[in-house]
Amino acid sequence: MAAATREYRTERGAKVYGVLAEFPNPGVVSHAAERVRDAGYSRWDVYSPFPIHGIDDAMGLPATKLPLVVAFVGLTGACLGFIFQYWVSTEGYATVVQGKPAGAWQAFIPVTFEIGVLFTAFTALLGMLAFNGLPRWHHPLMTRERFLGVGDDKFFIAIEADDPRFDPEPTRALLVAAGATSVELVEEELPPAPAPAAH
Amino acid sequence: MTTFNPDEATARRLAGLSPMPDGPRAWDPVTGDGSLVEDPATRAPLVLGDRSFNWVTETVCGYAEKGPGRWWMPTFLVSAHVAGLMPLMILYLVITGVGVWGLNNVVDWAWDITNFVFWIGIGHAGTLISAILCLFKQKWRTSINRAAEAMTIFAVICAATFPGIHVGRVWMAWMLFPIPNANQIWPNFKSPLLWDVFAVSTYGTVSLLFWYMGMIPDFATLRDRAAKRLLRSNGDGPRLAVLGWNTDKVRAYAYGFLALGWRFSTRHWQNYEKAYLMLAGVSTPLVLSVHSIVSFDFATSVLPGWHTTIFPPYFVAGAIFGGFAMVLLLMIPSRELFPGMKDLVTMRHLENMAKIILVTGYMVGFAYAMEFFIAWYSGNAYEADVFLYNRVMPPWLAGPDGRYAPYWWAYWAMIFCNVVSPQIFWIKACRQSVKWIFLVAFLVTIGMWFERFVIIVTSLHRAFLPGSWGMFFPTPVDILTFVGSCGTFLTLYLLFLRFLPQFAMSEIKNVMPQADPHGYDVGGHGHGHGGGKAAGAHHAPDAPKGGI
Repeated sequence: MAAATREYRTERGAKVYGVLAEFPNPGVVSHAAERVRDAGYSRWDVYSPFPIHGIDDAMGLPATKLPLVVAFVGLTGACLGFIFQYWVSTEGYATVVQGKPAGAWQAFIPVTFEIGVLFTAFTALLGMLAFNGLPRWHHPLMTRERFLGVGDDKFFIAIEADDPRFDPEPTRALLVAAGATSVELVEEELPPAPAPAAH
Repeated sequence: MTTFNPDEATARRLAGLSPMPDGPRAWDPVTGDGSLVEDPATRAPLVLGDRSFNWVTETVCGYAEKGPGRWWMPTFLVSAHVAGLMPLMILYLVITGVGVWGLNNVVDWAWDITNFVFWIGIGHAGTLISAILCLFKQKWRTSINRAAEAMTIFAVICAATFPGIHVGRVWMAWMLFPIPNANQIWPNFKSPLLWDVFAVSTYGTVSLLFWYMGMIPDFATLRDRAAKRLLRSNGDGPRLAVLGWNTDKVRAYAYGFLALGWRFSTRHWQNYEKAYLMLAGVSTPLVLSVHSIVSFDFATSVLPGWHTTIFPPYFVAGAIFGGFAMVLLLMIPSRELFPGMKDLVTMRHLENMAKIILVTGYMVGFAYAMEFFIAWYSGNAYEADVFLYNRVMPPWLAGPDGRYAPYWWAYWAMIFCNVVSPQIFWIKACRQSVKWIFLVAFLVTIGMWFERFVIIVTSLHRAFLPGSWGMFFPTPVDILTFVGSCGTFLTLYLLFLRFLPQFAMSEIKNVMPQADPHGYDVGGHGHGHGGGKAAGAHHAPDAPKGGI
């Protein structure tokens, strides 16, 4: 981690979360993401109604480790499922069925597979949420009325004040130069009602 | 050497990097909207009418926010009452005993297991559309996957009820689970019936996770819209008739809770897409395994008519066949009743599904024929006897000793519905006509029910010794339980239509031509100055509409 970051506060004393910039379309926001990436920012994100094709590269995101976790848990689940069936059939309640040996492992494969799938599916969903820090029902960005259009057809880049390179004016200038149609400051605390106008 | 990629070609055309094809777009004469275009160089548009992202949001959220229309409440009330038959009949069954069904010592599995296999098969089309078509990158799935996945969940709910109640003493159903009972007896893991418990419960759970995960971004969109209206109206919005709460506040909390705080972050999308792909990856073998295991319930027995190795692929193909028919039965009326839905579920979607019905209809037809071939080729007298005198032989073709198949009408109803009726889709005008598709889908749904009835009842009703021959006749309780399960299915589906996002908005937006970031002229390539003068993807009126 770089040197400790400065803490920014607005005039009314609220801690600054970061700046939020809106972009007109997926093309411009991808291009802007490349510029933010090249400027060396690390604590920032692109927000879009759908995953934009190629945006991971434009942001310079490394591949997610989620598949490794899912594969590990899925295989562990399958192994446990097999061991459980083997134990039940040989120790727990060993009984002769159709003249087969108690530990006839071939018959355990279907259930082993199903349990492996069950573990995989739960890990994929819960792992996705854990990797994303969800559920989290509140976020400073959600206090901005403009940001509520992100699920519709709006595209944003938010650069957080925690970023070592964050500096309100140059950061804003970078986003404007990259094609932002609006840039606004986001505070950590809720703004007092009624919500202030943008900018 | 270069390969031709239609998506790339379209993106380049939209970006002005390569010329538009000469002349106006090759419109298809049937629909006039380009959805049935034949030109292989022009892909049919997935969303008609050159729509914006906002149109998709407004249309899909509108279904859940404004409600489906006046038809909904009467339909819901009728189907909810029909659904009520199911718990009533089950209650009657539990307090009286399985004697209220038409089962007897000869035919000890009948409508209960027929309904189970019928419903679980219906569910398979949903997983096929959401998982297998996802792995094959079939982008047309995006506008039908949500409804099909919903159908899967509801069908599995109906399906899981039947084995639960057919065990007789339902208070013993917990012994299906791998828990030792009071005598320290564990279940038998070498039994396909136990595999079935694991297969069906895993399938239901995974389908639910898949469905829910797909809806998270759409819940977030509904939440943000409600929050925005709430902010603008300052709390003066419309209120619920019953409790008097602000409707948008209820929506913001309910959808907001379900959205888990999704905020459309790219870092989140990255994990989300990976998780979605992995769920699709495991759902694909899962769906194949579930109906294979269901078929093991029969195939591992020694009963002629059940004891065949073709059962797993035959059951899986039949499940997809019947499931697609049910998707069509649900989507065709929705398409007529919801404004704007015809631009999302285009004639092309229906035609594609008609083609899948034709193909899978051939697979089940092949399996029907192969059962006869093997009965003859194996030289097994019992098996040949089952197929000739239990299934096909009508009274007027009775054998030398006057024997005929008492259930011949069920067999031939199945053949007509499943093998003959889809042949109409060879005619282009029929597979491009909503009415014909609906008719065939209806017949196939009936045919697939008969298929399971034929497999289960006709194989059982005459075992090896004539002394154990009998007939099965359904009682009103049998019939009303099945009718009630249809009502349950429809009621749940109607609730889905009313309250949940019916289409995967983020996925639809992602396959629209303007979603491609390379289709935009971003001022100056590289990282030069003047990145701000971006132009949207304007198409000339006669240019290709960027079909993907």
